[in-house]
Amino acid sequence: MSEIPLTHILFVSTALFFIGMYGLFTRRNMITMLMSIELILNSVNINFVAFNKYLYSDQLNGVFFTIFIIAIAAAEAAVGIAIIINLYRGHHSIDVEDAGEMKY
Amino acid sequence: MNTDFFILMKFELLVAVIIFVLIFIKLASNEWSTKAVLNVVNILLLTNFIAGFFLNHDGTLFGNMFSTTKLVELQKNILNLGTLIISAQAYTWLKNHKHVLEFYILLLSTLLGMFFMISSGNLLMFYLGLELSTIPLAAICNFDLEKRKSSEAAMKLIISSAFSSGLLLFGISLLYGATGTLNFSELPQHLNGNALQLFAFILLLAGFAFKISVVPFHLWTADVYEGSPVSVTSYLSVISKAAFLFVFVSVLYNVFKPLANTWFNMLMLLSILTMVVGNLFAIRQNNLKRFLAFSSITQMGFILVGISGSSQMGIASVIYFLLIYFFSNLGAFGVIAFVSASTGKETMDDYKGLYKTNPFLSWVLTISLFSLAGIPPTAGFFGKFFLIMAGAGKGNYVFITIAALNMIISLYYYLKVVKAIFMDANEQPIEKLPINTLPKLAMIVCITGIVSIGFIHPIYDYIYSLSFGL
Repeated sequence: MSEIPLTHILFVSTALFFIGMYGLFTRRNMITMLMSIELILNSVNINFVAFNKYLYSDQLNGVFFTIFIIAIAAAEAAVGIAIIINLYRGHHSIDVEDAGEMKY
Repeated sequence: MNTDFFILMKFELLVAVIIFVLIFIKLASNEWSTKAVLNVVNILLLTNFIAGFFLNHDGTLFGNMFSTTKLVELQKNILNLGTLIISAQAYTWLKNHKHVLEFYILLLSTLLGMFFMISSGNLLMFYLGLELSTIPLAAICNFDLEKRKSSEAAMKLIISSAFSSGLLLFGISLLYGATGTLNFSELPQHLNGNALQLFAFILLLAGFAFKISVVPFHLWTADVYEGSPVSVTSYLSVISKAAFLFVFVSVLYNVFKPLANTWFNMLMLLSILTMVVGNLFAIRQNNLKRFLAFSSITQMGFILVGISGSSQMGIASVIYFLLIYFFSNLGAFGVIAFVSASTGKETMDDYKGLYKTNPFLSWVLTISLFSLAGIPPTAGFFGKFFLIMAGAGKGNYVFITIAALNMIISLYYYLKVVKAIFMDANEQPIEKLPINTLPKLAMIVCITGIVSIGFIHPIYDYIYSLSFGL
């Protein structure tokens, strides 16, 4: 069985990155926006692991980086959700359009 | 070896110790009065600042992941000083607040992250420091829990900073793919400017531009500044920006040295955009926090002029300007924080006729604004002069002329505030406010800094002797 080439994996990760970006810009629900950011971070993880395995298999830099990104993404989501809950108490909505007191 | 560890990581360890002391105070007793806690914290921060001047050694730790040089120590001392001043200014706001200790624990965590980021020698360490310095910052933006604007600001900050660190990380991952290393010292040998590396560099630059709010990526700045509590705003606009700029300069000059011609053009474009857009938006603001947000965006544009010089003078002028910017911005924010904490008034109309009732506050605000505008006797003039000189070293005079013209435009809106304070009549001016010792002391320190730094020659010479060019 032939091995999957690196470009296939990079294609998936780049697609994931831009799907995340599109989601962040078009969705109005804050939780969905946080999910889109998770997509972006996961595309980075795929990149790191793929580069490490295919190009630099003698070192572990990329894999370590991935572990740290996963941990920090969790911390970021925790703080983000705490902030969104607090926002919900004041605004009674988690739609970004309703949180628009300050403009320009 | 073992003592090396403690001496090289002195700054980080001290801040970590203070954080733990605060956690223990929090756990041990609820009987401490808020004022006692505030005094203890300020004394701890003062010792931290003084200890920064002793026992400094250069060196690296953890296989080049962590490095300190004289320049890094100077930068950390500047950040320590700024945190101390902000803590003193926050006294008025915090003395009636229930959660003082949490505020300081979060604030010092971000400071710790910035220290790690500044002395990082590896992209992994840099990323960890960056996240440690942004995530708690979003939490303290929300510190006025019951205010709607505060939570809106925190939401905007956490989403935009998470997005920007996503961009930065994608850039780092591509850079890793293109070069196979994460070490700052090894990266330049592998950089040759091929398309993948350029794309990675642009993503990294976008991530940095988000953090220091350079124009196409500045949209979060004004909202976050307006919504968060004023002390947090001054921390955001001074300490966090300065820390990111320090790293930005050293990454550009050390790691992306081989791509210097490419980033010079990018910086020039970004700088012109930043100055023009920052100026135009600052003119139409009425809320003083928003006004200072756009003014700080404009100042970032001027700093980019200095960075683009890419000489030894480039780094020296940027650090020198940031030192002055610390004092001027903290002076202005100190007055606004004090007035906002005592009366809740933040708009320019409220400040009309301030001079009749509060002459001291008016003078502090005026001198700070003069320094931000760059009017000669104040230090701000010298800072901007050196930035422009550093930028002119490249010989691109059209660019320098645009920068100089923008300085003139910026005079208009700074003087508009001064006019409101001194000349405009107001039927209900802000009443006479009694000032506590600590905030007053902080304002006097700021004014002394603004007046004296420009004339003390050795400061610039010292910074220049530590800097390096391309």
